[in-house]
Amino acid sequence: MSTIQHDEHPKLMKGNEALAEASLRAGLQAYFGYPITPQSEILEYLTEQAPKHKDVVILQAESEIASINMVYGAAGAGARTMTTSSSPGISLMQEGISYIAASELPCLIANVQRGGPGLGTIQPAQGDYFQATKGGGHGDYHLIVLAPSSVQEMADFVFEGFRLAEEYRMPAMILTDGALGQMMEKVCLPKYGSLPKKEANWTTTGKLESRERNFITSLHMESEKMELVNLHLQDKYRKLKQEVRCELINTKDADILLVAYGLSARICGKAMEIARGKGINVGVIRPITLYPFPYEIIASFADSMRMFLTVEMNAGQMVEDVRLAVNGKSSVYFKGRMGGMIPTPEEIILEIEALAEKQRTMGQSAGYL
Amino acid sequence: MSTTVNETMEIVYEKPKTLTESPTHYCPGCGHGVVHRVLMEVIDEMGIGEQTVGIAPVGCSVFAYNYMNVDMQGAAHGRASAVATGVRRVLPDKYVFSYQGDGDLAAIGTGETIHTVNRGENILMVFVNNGIYGMTGGQMAPTSLCGMVTSTTPYGRDASFIGHPLKITEMIAQLPGAYYVARHAVHTPAAVRKLKKAFKASFEFQKEKKGTCFIEVVTNCPSGWKKTPLEANEWMEKNMFPYYPLGDIKVPAAMK
Repeated sequence: MSTIQHDEHPKLMKGNEALAEASLRAGLQAYFGYPITPQSEILEYLTEQAPKHKDVVILQAESEIASINMVYGAAGAGARTMTTSSSPGISLMQEGISYIAASELPCLIANVQRGGPGLGTIQPAQGDYFQATKGGGHGDYHLIVLAPSSVQEMADFVFEGFRLAEEYRMPAMILTDGALGQMMEKVCLPKYGSLPKKEANWTTTGKLESRERNFITSLHMESEKMELVNLHLQDKYRKLKQEVRCELINTKDADILLVAYGLSARICGKAMEIARGKGINVGVIRPITLYPFPYEIIASFADSMRMFLTVEMNAGQMVEDVRLAVNGKSSVYFKGRMGGMIPTPEEIILEIEALAEKQRTMGQSAGYL
Repeated sequence: MSTTVNETMEIVYEKPKTLTESPTHYCPGCGHGVVHRVLMEVIDEMGIGEQTVGIAPVGCSVFAYNYMNVDMQGAAHGRASAVATGVRRVLPDKYVFSYQGDGDLAAIGTGETIHTVNRGENILMVFVNNGIYGMTGGQMAPTSLCGMVTSTTPYGRDASFIGHPLKITEMIAQLPGAYYVARHAVHTPAAVRKLKKAFKASFEFQKEKKGTCFIEVVTNCPSGWKKTPLEANEWMEKNMFPYYPLGDIKVPAAMK
């Protein structure tokens, strides 16, 4: 984690606006976007700020397809560049994201998720977990995926996203949702200039006499070459594991571990408090990097005495990774709401109580305290 | 490559230094190689190679960056002008050109083409129109002529079923962002000289940030058309040129 410096005085801001303001403070050089609810405030905020940032390209494109390909061009020309959208728009971008990943270009993409599938709803959801963490477009590739759960993190992860994208030369995604984008919360914004940019030698800025031409492509007709490109990408993804981040809350003595990210993790935090008030030892594991996923951290908690409950705003996506991590050593349960519905702490408590009862009757209480 | 040079001889013609030594992958008689050469010749003569970024498409000219010794990016199918927009916006003082075929620019990339020109992006868009998808084996293109036999119109293009050949260059000329729009060819030395002038003017306009310059080059596709290079050129003059007439379509007052 980089050491970002923050303003001393907090502001009250919407998540989307905090993300947009943070991008300017992170040294954004080019933004391309297209309106879609619930992320349009990002495009609106940046176009409003544009007169104060004449050196920053802020352009409304004709589509998400154009946006992501403009990002490809700008990133290839060496600019710190970003696009933002919401679920259907991110689906449109998948081809371009695959090209960006294959061409090893750094950029930041924010997905302010809404409920799907299809045109779905404009209400918040987490249905794009698979798309974000497993690739999304064609071919074997990944993005760095960061999941904020507060307006503060909506701002901070812009810096973190750019830093990681540039260090690993790959696209980073902030996977958030309509609730975090729309809610207002206190935020201490990161300061200008706290994210220096390294000079790159691979950019297309005009071929100087003194060097070979640079060209950015993902086309390698010979299978032998294409496999080498793939091996190189996979090697990079292995190195990326050192960037795994995860928040652990009251996990040490927990009989029941809730696993949730983003908005769901906030709700799980509340459910945990209520459960503990009722004498049930509940903890929360909050993955912050969804890719790389904290498999090893979750595995370290897995034993026959503990139960895991994954809570998501989808039909059960991250729960598959939790099961992979636990590898059969613990029972893994799932609670999800879909289509823009947000689980309440009370709903989660009901699940927790049922699991606690199961543990009692099976004589499975871990008795960690 | 070994060459013997007689120092007393004057060099009257040579390869532009912005063309690489790569052997061509284009079919015999194809116009792409000539268009590449003319474009690079202009860049050389203007001395702007160090300030130029090119965008290659998907299609026969997908490997344009193998021949053009300038910094280049390969775009996804149809998206070259969006990529060019991204490059030109962050490098406002450099020269940017995109290079696309008819399928790329006028079918899958129509949206990007129109909006790029409508914004008046300060780029040169080179549009090579041979009325067929060459790379994928000769399928119908948006610009295939009525009655034209391709691998996906084996009984000839039927406009009542699949629509008419698209005159996208005339459409583009209607947009205020288009500064200079012209249609050329490379089938004769005289045509090549005219194309060269058009490319040169386009880069000069780009320097002055006048808006989008859009140059269509009507060419042949001997392999796709199943003709010899000579037959293909004759067929092109007889059939393509009447539908896609050569000449200026939108010319700034400064050029008149």
